[in-house]
Amino acid sequence: MAYISQIAFLLVLAVAGYLLSKRIGRIKKNIQLGKDIDRSDQKGERTKNMLLVAFGQKKMFKKVIPAFFHFLIYAGFLIINLEVLEFIIDGIAGTHRIFAPVLGDFYTVAINIFEFLAVAVLLACVVFLIRRNILGIKRFTTLAGWPKLDGNLILVIEIILMFAILTMNATDMLLQGNDPHYTQTGDFFFSSFLTPLFEGMSVSALHFVERFAWWFHIIGILGFALYVTYSKHLHIFMAFPNTYFARLVPKGQMKNMDEVTTEVKAMLGVGDAGSSEPPAEIARFGAKDANDLFWTDLMGAYACTECGRCTEQCPANITGKKLSPRKIMMDTRDRIEEIGLNLQAGKPSEDGKSLLGDYITAEEVNACTSCNACVEACPININPLDIILQMRRYMAMEESSSPQSWNSMFQNVETNFAPWKFPPTDRFNWADKVNN
Amino acid sequence: MSDKTYKVPTMQEMSAKGESPEVLFWVGCAGSFDDRYKAVTIAFTKILNEVGINFAVLGPEESCTGDPARRGGNEFLFQMQAMSNIQVLDGYNVKKIVTACPHCFNTLKNEYPELGGNYDVVHHSTFLQGLINDGKVTLKDGGEFKGKKITFHDSCYLGRANGVYEAPRDVIKALDAELVEMKRCKTKGLCCGAGGAQMFKDAEPGNKEINIERTEEALDTGAEVIAAGCPFCMTMMGDGVKNKEKEGSVKVLDLAELIAKNQGL
Repeated sequence: MAYISQIAFLLVLAVAGYLLSKRIGRIKKNIQLGKDIDRSDQKGERTKNMLLVAFGQKKMFKKVIPAFFHFLIYAGFLIINLEVLEFIIDGIAGTHRIFAPVLGDFYTVAINIFEFLAVAVLLACVVFLIRRNILGIKRFTTLAGWPKLDGNLILVIEIILMFAILTMNATDMLLQGNDPHYTQTGDFFFSSFLTPLFEGMSVSALHFVERFAWWFHIIGILGFALYVTYSKHLHIFMAFPNTYFARLVPKGQMKNMDEVTTEVKAMLGVGDAGSSEPPAEIARFGAKDANDLFWTDLMGAYACTECGRCTEQCPANITGKKLSPRKIMMDTRDRIEEIGLNLQAGKPSEDGKSLLGDYITAEEVNACTSCNACVEACPININPLDIILQMRRYMAMEESSSPQSWNSMFQNVETNFAPWKFPPTDRFNWADKVNN
Repeated sequence: MSDKTYKVPTMQEMSAKGESPEVLFWVGCAGSFDDRYKAVTIAFTKILNEVGINFAVLGPEESCTGDPARRGGNEFLFQMQAMSNIQVLDGYNVKKIVTACPHCFNTLKNEYPELGGNYDVVHHSTFLQGLINDGKVTLKDGGEFKGKKITFHDSCYLGRANGVYEAPRDVIKALDAELVEMKRCKTKGLCCGAGGAQMFKDAEPGNKEINIERTEEALDTGAEVIAAGCPFCMTMMGDGVKNKEKEGSVKVLDLAELIAKNQGL
């Protein structure tokens, strides 16, 4: 009989582990559908960026109020999860609060710290629900459907999980005098406010509530972990690799297309055109679909938490154009998920759809001023501009579907060596005016 | 005021004489062809002459860096331009380049190295700041900008793209002017609307032109001068000021023009 709960716990753990690892494998495969790009250099600089930007939340603090509440949830998540270790050991071994006798008074201090953080997380989640739904902040009010629900669900789930911890501790304290299985731990400050709710209950009822809260919390955490992989909330993990592998070159620098360089060199007869190797098969110039992008772009799409700071700063979006850098990232994620699902189902890789066209329109891509405001604004160094520019390359080089004025500009550069239609012989005429 | 004859030596002339300049002034297409920006090219040329900088231009041998083609997606055209420019620059053994265009600056500095062109490239704001710091340009006390409110509009390709925020501001402060900041400035500066090849096409449908949004913000500071360091920003802000019918009271000037005016050039 005593083993039943242990077996049940192991089963829960195994199912959660299986589902989670399968899902993580799927995401990894999806990201690897992207084109290769080498980001194995400058490990020191990359580690520093990850520590400052992801771990240290440096860019979040450009907006102090949300940064403060976000930090509470972040710190709470990191620290409260230490307790999950005890949950797992207790669950497997059939023990109860196995660390309490080992740590003694320190255990009481630790649990009190966890409770303090639980209350802080709870408050922060309430503040965020108010910000999202009541204050009319544009970057939230512009979300609808699943992304809006997703944002609220995460906050509600976190609030419920925090209540589960406090309920569990409150009933535990009441049981400590009545059931020898419940180790004496000393008082927990915050959950003692909840004890009046349970004081009239019988020992068996208390026992039921305490166990229910315990199971609810651990299953809740495991379920939440799985949910997160389908949600924008995945940033809690992806922020780390995304900041590590982010670009380190100046923001203004566009990535050189080496496959084009080879051809241009051959055309001009310069440089190392002597390497007589036939040019590697070039799949496509620029990006039409999500898997034409680099893996770093796809990782960025999974890291995006849809906060909308990018779109809030985008000059095109501010002035009513359709372009929204946040939508670029959300569309990229939706499309690579779709491609991944097709592959999983053994469907042909071509489903007649593509990121450019079915998700993102030319109008959006053409509206970008490449000002880098979105890149600067992203708290975890996602680069929507990189995706936009790769789509422009596809439109210009594969489809010749750039706006007519751009085609004229290209022609001017080609024939007059200036984007305007002035004869190159007039280029130096300005010098005649220097002395009068 | 100065009766001096300003010289504009070309690389070709210098090379024929077996000389090489300290720095190449990359004028850019806007600086060569755009009527408004030609005045900036001339102002900067006068400063270089006054200070006695050993400089040269490419003159008719200069060609578009390829920036608008690359931003528009035409990588082939960009690389063709870049490689033929690199051939010209390397042919003259150019080491140091100064330019008054942040787009040329960004492309020459960041994007030419991958195609084999390695130069020490500075934007003219940094160059002017250097001249002031080294005492080569001493700004006149009580010049025409003393105490006047000047706001600086950050060019995206100078600011966010390359992290140059302070050099242009130092130049303005050296004029004894009152530097006033717009609500969105430096890393949060709002684009004028012309970057990323937008200069060469109409904007997509929306409810406002970006340059109007930015001009309104600049006018809100109460500045008499909107200072810029980019030919595209200059056009966009100039158009914005005209649209708001403020061209009588608010001027859009480049940093080189501010200094040239102070020096009476």
